[in-house]
Amino acid sequence: MSKRVKFAFFLDLKSAYKTLLRNKVRSLLTILGIIIGVGSVIATVSIGQGASVAIQSSINSMGSNLLIILPGSSSLGGIHTGFGVLPTLTLGDVHAIRKLPAVKTDSGNLGMPQQVIWRGNNWSTLVMGASSTYTTIRDWPVAQGTFFNHEQVASAANVAVIGNTAATELFGLINPIGHIILIHNVPFTVIGLLSIKGFNAFGQDQDDIVVIPITTMLEKIAGTTWVHAIAVSAKSNKDTAIAQSEITALLRQRHHIPLHKPDDFFVRNISEIAQAANSSANTFTILLGSIAAVSLLVGGIGIMNIMLVSVTERTKEIGIRMAVGAKKGDILKQFLIESSVLSLFGGILGIGLGFGISSAITAFSPLKTIVTTEPIVISLIFSLCVGIFFGFYPAFKASRMNPVEALRYE
Amino acid sequence: MNGKVIKERVKDYEGYAIPDGNTPLIKLEDIGMTYKIGDVSYEVLRKVNLSVNKGEFLSIMGASGSGKSTLMNIMGCLDRPTAGRYFLEGRDVSNLTSDELAEIRNKKIGFVFQGFNLIQRLSIVENVELPLYYSGMPSKEATEMAMDALKLVDLSDKGNKFPNQISGGEQQRVAIARAIVNNAPIIMADEPTGNLDSIRGAEVMKFFKKINEERGVTIILVSHDKNIANYGKRLITVKDGIITSSAIIEAKSMI
Repeated sequence: MSKRVKFAFFLDLKSAYKTLLRNKVRSLLTILGIIIGVGSVIATVSIGQGASVAIQSSINSMGSNLLIILPGSSSLGGIHTGFGVLPTLTLGDVHAIRKLPAVKTDSGNLGMPQQVIWRGNNWSTLVMGASSTYTTIRDWPVAQGTFFNHEQVASAANVAVIGNTAATELFGLINPIGHIILIHNVPFTVIGLLSIKGFNAFGQDQDDIVVIPITTMLEKIAGTTWVHAIAVSAKSNKDTAIAQSEITALLRQRHHIPLHKPDDFFVRNISEIAQAANSSANTFTILLGSIAAVSLLVGGIGIMNIMLVSVTERTKEIGIRMAVGAKKGDILKQFLIESSVLSLFGGILGIGLGFGISSAITAFSPLKTIVTTEPIVISLIFSLCVGIFFGFYPAFKASRMNPVEALRYE
Repeated sequence: MNGKVIKERVKDYEGYAIPDGNTPLIKLEDIGMTYKIGDVSYEVLRKVNLSVNKGEFLSIMGASGSGKSTLMNIMGCLDRPTAGRYFLEGRDVSNLTSDELAEIRNKKIGFVFQGFNLIQRLSIVENVELPLYYSGMPSKEATEMAMDALKLVDLSDKGNKFPNQISGGEQQRVAIARAIVNNAPIIMADEPTGNLDSIRGAEVMKFFKKINEERGVTIILVSHDKNIANYGKRLITVKDGIITSSAIIEAKSMI
């Protein structure tokens, strides 16, 4: 029996292959829907995967295991303000947080836009007051020169480290190191040039920046004692959650917040933001993918249409086969195999098309698409199922033919 | 009472059947066939009784519309009668399912049609292999048997050609090869020379005669052409759905 099945299956495959080759143009047009469907599923999924990886790496570029502490909101006299306006975070908080077990290091930051002047040039950029640990937290080494050290922060030295964009705008091709720039009419010596970091996940140019010691920032530029934000680097990825709760407890204690009152600060986990961005990228991919899958269904209807024509055209052949002993199941199988081979072939060509589209996108756009095996396997199986599903009705129709009438068909 | 009626009819129409004590290969009892189209029913066959013994060469003659093709379709298990019983090798096959009939066609009956009915897409040898394919024979053996069958009809050199590359007479010989490839005991030939000129027709008939005489295959030939029908050993005539005459053909009446 198994010998029979094997032989029959092989001959059916051969016969299906021959039939499809006989009508090359028609077969190609029939599977065009499947080709486009599978091609667009693979292309959209590869775009989605590429975007997801791009978002991930862009978020990672903000710093490793990063937590950001922002001052809380207030609701005084019925007026609710946004986060970051209360002057609740101080340099004392910064030093206290640095001693927590799950925290590797931190940096109190105060950034404000300022006009920066060098000789005849001026440029409005973000002037960021930061601790000496800033480069570690942000994973952001200097390209030339040095970053300011702990002593320079402690003594509120007038030194600045400049980002690539700001350096280009102010100095052009001149090496900025050693030159004196004016910020808020205070002279600063440029001691370092940061390496290029590029845009962040929110589209801001991270290189358009001048970093100065936080103490200098507070005393000489801003004239305040509180910081805008504290950037914290946890010891490891899984320590971020622990660090988050440690920081919350510490700050509540330092700010003397009673149990029934809400926090006057807010701790943000960058990996949570990454997850949110990722899940929205996934939703987008699923949406596009399902639109593409609809064209697979349309392609399946095309296959059914042509298989119905084929069954009618080959009525006589069906009659002959029945006369020499083909059973209903034999005829059913023959046409099912034919439609499956057809759609599977479409699926394979579609994978080629999908590969082509995604490598074209990689070549001609900044997005790097990623083709994974998952959508390839799924769309191959799906196209095979489309062939079987939409081939069934025509094959069933063929198998129920009356041999006498089928033989009489001209 | 009923048995007596049947016996009388048997006497009427089967007087020339040679009773050899064995079960007849084909035995039709009161076979009737009625088609219903809308409210109108057409009685194509009425109470046909016929026995065919093993090794016979039976010609069925009749005008078109006489019911001879319907009779052949029933005997060939392509169709089921609406009345009566059909015994093939002693087995009642009048109420089998379509798959059971397909099995019988595959094992017991070979067909040769007027229009050759070869599958154009398949090569000659693949066409001949077709019945073996449906009986589940392994590919290699099937090809060998098909080549043997083609040799019998003098076409062993045309196996790799396609039906549209050979003449009509050759196509019909391929159909004969296909009919005998499974060693079926019966061949049903429906107007096998209808699409051929008389020379090619005679050539095809020579092969029917050959396989009947050399291999003992029972041949049932349907034709409206007296010359072709005369190749048989027994001739029955069908008119208006009943068998009207039955006669043994003298050997000398041939040619």
